[in-house]
Amino acid sequence: MKNSLAVAQVVLLEMIRRKDFYVLFALTALITALMGSVTFFDDPKIARYLKEVCLALIWVSALFIGIGTAARQFPAERESRTIFPLMAKPITRGQVLVGKFLGCWLATAAGLLVFYLFFGGVVASKEHTLYPVNYFQAWSLHCAMMAVVVAITLLGSLLLSSVAANLTMTTVLTLGILFVGRHLNKVALQAGEPVGTLIYGLYYVIPHLELFDVRDLLVHNWPAIPWGIWAIALAYAGVYAALLLTGTWLVLRKKALQ
Amino acid sequence: MKIIPPAAPPILEIDHLRVEYTTRELGSTTKVAVQDLSLEVHAGEVFGFLGPNGAGKTSTMNVLLGFTQPTAGRVCLFGVNVAETIARQRLGYLPELTYYYKFLTAEELLRFYARIFGIAPAEREKRIDEVIKLVELEHARKRLIKTYSKGMQQRVGLAQALINNPDLLILDEPTSGLDPLGRMKVRGIIQRLKNEGKTVFFSSHELGEVETVCDRVAILHQGELKVLGRVDDLAREHQCSLEQLFLRVVGYEPEAVAA
Repeated sequence: MKNSLAVAQVVLLEMIRRKDFYVLFALTALITALMGSVTFFDDPKIARYLKEVCLALIWVSALFIGIGTAARQFPAERESRTIFPLMAKPITRGQVLVGKFLGCWLATAAGLLVFYLFFGGVVASKEHTLYPVNYFQAWSLHCAMMAVVVAITLLGSLLLSSVAANLTMTTVLTLGILFVGRHLNKVALQAGEPVGTLIYGLYYVIPHLELFDVRDLLVHNWPAIPWGIWAIALAYAGVYAALLLTGTWLVLRKKALQ
Repeated sequence: MKIIPPAAPPILEIDHLRVEYTTRELGSTTKVAVQDLSLEVHAGEVFGFLGPNGAGKTSTMNVLLGFTQPTAGRVCLFGVNVAETIARQRLGYLPELTYYYKFLTAEELLRFYARIFGIAPAEREKRIDEVIKLVELEHARKRLIKTYSKGMQQRVGLAQALINNPDLLILDEPTSGLDPLGRMKVRGIIQRLKNEGKTVFFSSHELGEVETVCDRVAILHQGELKVLGRVDDLAREHQCSLEQLFLRVVGYEPEAVAA
């Protein structure tokens, strides 16, 4: 595990020293602050829409950070040839993979924490109330979802030859699951055979990322999710991330480095 | 110079190694990169691994370092199959093209690799100081690697190869692309390692350099081992310099070209 943590630390240092995160945070902060500072038609309900827009922005930023960081890990190591001195050390490919995953995931989680804290601060200053449990649940579930997304991206980075292709495919896949995933069973009912069965199969196989989208909790200040459900959701993400990482390891362990 | 007699178990052992690649150009074809290569390197030796481009040197090194798996044969480091991670615990490797994480400083890079070798924190810092001093990078140790010149990057490469105080060093073209001063410095470090009794396995196209520092050499051509022996024995036996022998092995006839 110490080897994986060492690799994860390097990934985190890379994110800290790159400009991507700072640009995204500055943009999100600017838009959130601007939207939070105006009141349209003196209608307090409009504030909810503004919160929704800001949260959507945070979701997009998280996808940028998570997918962007994970997609370039293995291709960049190969292109810059840094993988060679690394793999000539007593470290297994599995340890490198776990380290890359942890680094990308922790980088995304840390970025999300900054975003949620900032958003919570702006909302609290407007509404004069704060629901810390809701924010914690929304952040932790968002992080859990990003663990699955990062694992998908790492797998894609070994299967697809270019970073751009992987970025596009993973983004399309993630957005597809988020927007269409929950409706696949209804589509299956309307489709003929064997397509219907295939779509049904897909419905049960894909990770349902939409389960982690609890933005309404923050937008409408709804009561917190029961902790049992919250824990099951985290475990669900953990299982999918583990399965995807196992698949990635199976690809990586026999891959010739040259 | 202290060379352990050949009876001692070899530090590096290549036994009937065969490496094949499948290329997808014009259909799927199998290319043999290395065939039936057997050699041993003993403790304290400086071993030159020579051959023209495409001779199979890099393929052999890739197997040695666990980057690729052999098609057939066995490769052991310190008596352990190279497929085992532990085989690399006492190994230092300097790649031909020195690319390291450019967003790290030399100190951070060395700390990272030292952690992977499991060097205890107190000793880690001491070792980092030692290798940075050895490669003369004290003044730039806190600078990002992306600001380094090529020569400095090569020295960082050497520092990372030495961070675990290895018993075996694998150097792939260690002086490639360096200016004369850089070459001299790297050569000096290799000489120093040799004097310390380290085992060095290195590939180079600089035959004069190989002749100066190596005890034994192997010349590969088209994936096959053509020459193996002590540098002085080969010179005596073939009545020529290492460079002339190398050219002869690869089939270069200066007279034919001149005619």
